[in-house]
Amino acid sequence: MIEVIDVHKSFGELQVLRGVNLSVEKGESMTVIGGSGSGKSVLLKHIIGLLFPDKGRVIVDGQSLNDLDEYGLNELRKKFGMLFQMAALFDSLTVWENVGFSLKQHTNLSDEEIRKIATEKLALVGLKDVEDKMPAELSGGMKKRVGLARAICMDAAIILYDEPTTGLDPIAADAINDLIVDLRKKLGVTSVTITHDMHSAYKISDRIAMLYKGEILEIGTPDQIRDTKNPIVHQFITGSAVGPITAE
Amino acid sequence: MASAVESRGFINNVLETVGRRTSSVFVEIGAVLIFLGQTLRWTVSPPFYWKSALKQMEMIGVDSVPVVLTTALSTGMVLALQSYTGFKRFGAETLIGTVVSLSMTRELGPVLTGLMVAGRAGASMAAELGTMRVTEQIDALSTLATNPMKYLVVPRFVASTVMMFFLTVLGMITGIAGGYFVGVKVLGTNPVTYIDNSINYTEVKDIWFGLIKALVFGAVVGLIGCYKGFNTEGGAEGVGKATTGAVVVSCMLILILDYFISALLW
Ligand SMILES: Nc1ncnc2c1ncn2[C@@H]1O[C@H](COP(=O)(O)OP(=O)(O)OP(=O)(O)O)[C@@H](O)[C@H]1O
Ligand SMILES: [Mg+2]
Repeated sequence: MIEVIDVHKSFGELQVLRGVNLSVEKGESMTVIGGSGSGKSVLLKHIIGLLFPDKGRVIVDGQSLNDLDEYGLNELRKKFGMLFQMAALFDSLTVWENVGFSLKQHTNLSDEEIRKIATEKLALVGLKDVEDKMPAELSGGMKKRVGLARAICMDAAIILYDEPTTGLDPIAADAINDLIVDLRKKLGVTSVTITHDMHSAYKISDRIAMLYKGEILEIGTPDQIRDTKNPIVHQFITGSAVGPITAE
Repeated sequence: MASAVESRGFINNVLETVGRRTSSVFVEIGAVLIFLGQTLRWTVSPPFYWKSALKQMEMIGVDSVPVVLTTALSTGMVLALQSYTGFKRFGAETLIGTVVSLSMTRELGPVLTGLMVAGRAGASMAAELGTMRVTEQIDALSTLATNPMKYLVVPRFVASTVMMFFLTVLGMITGIAGGYFVGVKVLGTNPVTYIDNSINYTEVKDIWFGLIKALVFGAVVGLIGCYKGFNTEGGAEGVGKATTGAVVVSCMLILILDYFISALLW
């Protein structure tokens, strides 16, 4: 479904991705872990064509993103939902207008119908009575969940989650984990999730990949990752300050 | 000896900096022209976001009325006062009306309105889009399969062009009225001659020149405001830079283009 092939990306002097290879099967839940600043968000943006590789390719559903024109890219993006790390809510629109944005743009549904669907999606992420608020009136964790509701609003086939549980209390976080698992089981959603939360990673993933120094260092099922022989991965998942990775 | 080497190093540095700046100016001009091309292309391809355009017209147009009124009124009045002082020296006071209406229609109406709207609406466009850029709202639009050029830039570009036209009409009328008030009521020149001289020496052509300028300036303000906002980087500081940049560049462009349009449309 998604294939990332030898992707290189630099910003000026800074080499962020140095040959990332990753393939995600249809219906699979892939989680990417890695240190802060290791390029996880950058990788996610390559998958939906917000950034393009300096070298290498990204193929989604058999289509190479490099070869698509604006129209083709736009059509392809209709298959996606994306949750941004900082939620990226439209601050001139109310919560329900944010959640129902794609419905408004791409369907002929009336405002009442859109509002109804938005309310349902908000309930799924554990929010109620926020429809008419503006994003500026929400807490960080609430914004995150509104962003999540927006990402799942169109019943997309592929959902990209950039740190879905960061900033949430443990109970709300676990409800989100359940939601992600549910979406995959019931709707067969393919997903790529970025997280620092290992509890969540073990719970939602079919496979976990660790990004380190611009490459995928190790990839495997949650059990394989838990029992890793690689000292770097081991240090990372156990969250130890002592080991081969040193804080820079 | 040492100082000669030093000064050569200094000159090289200066030349290098000037060279780099100049080439980056050309790169930027190219980027703006590409942005203009894309904006025009998206303007003519459906769908058109009417609601959004109307909202922008309200924000750019209606909200700019007070500042345009004040500027135009003051300019018209001062113009009458100053030209009276000059013209009286050779007994041509009756020509104040001509001076005021020619300057307001051909020149000051569009230019002053342009500068005012650049400072108000251009700045707010750059700040709003810049904030949307640095908080990834523009990226979010793309991921929701909505073209940000079309959704954000086109309505602002169209609204700014259209509203500049109407604001300029308003500016012209207000300036001329202000001139009349000072010329006739304050300085006591003959109202009939004042009006005759205003009308006889102002041609429809003069008004059109002014309005063509207004359309161009409106497009400039919308284009530069959106361009600067769209290309913002670097958080809150970047938004500040984009905002200032938008005002400075659009004001400069208005003044430069004003000369060329005046020279062309003689
Ligand atoms: N648009 C950009 N321009 C310049 N540099 C960028 C840009 N986007 C990301 N970077 C740089 O790329 C590197 C990786 O950023 P990225 O956001 O992918 O990190 P991350 O792995 O998601 O980290 P975190 O876990 O903290 O979110 C960082 O050093 C960042 O400064
Ligand atoms: Mg990130």
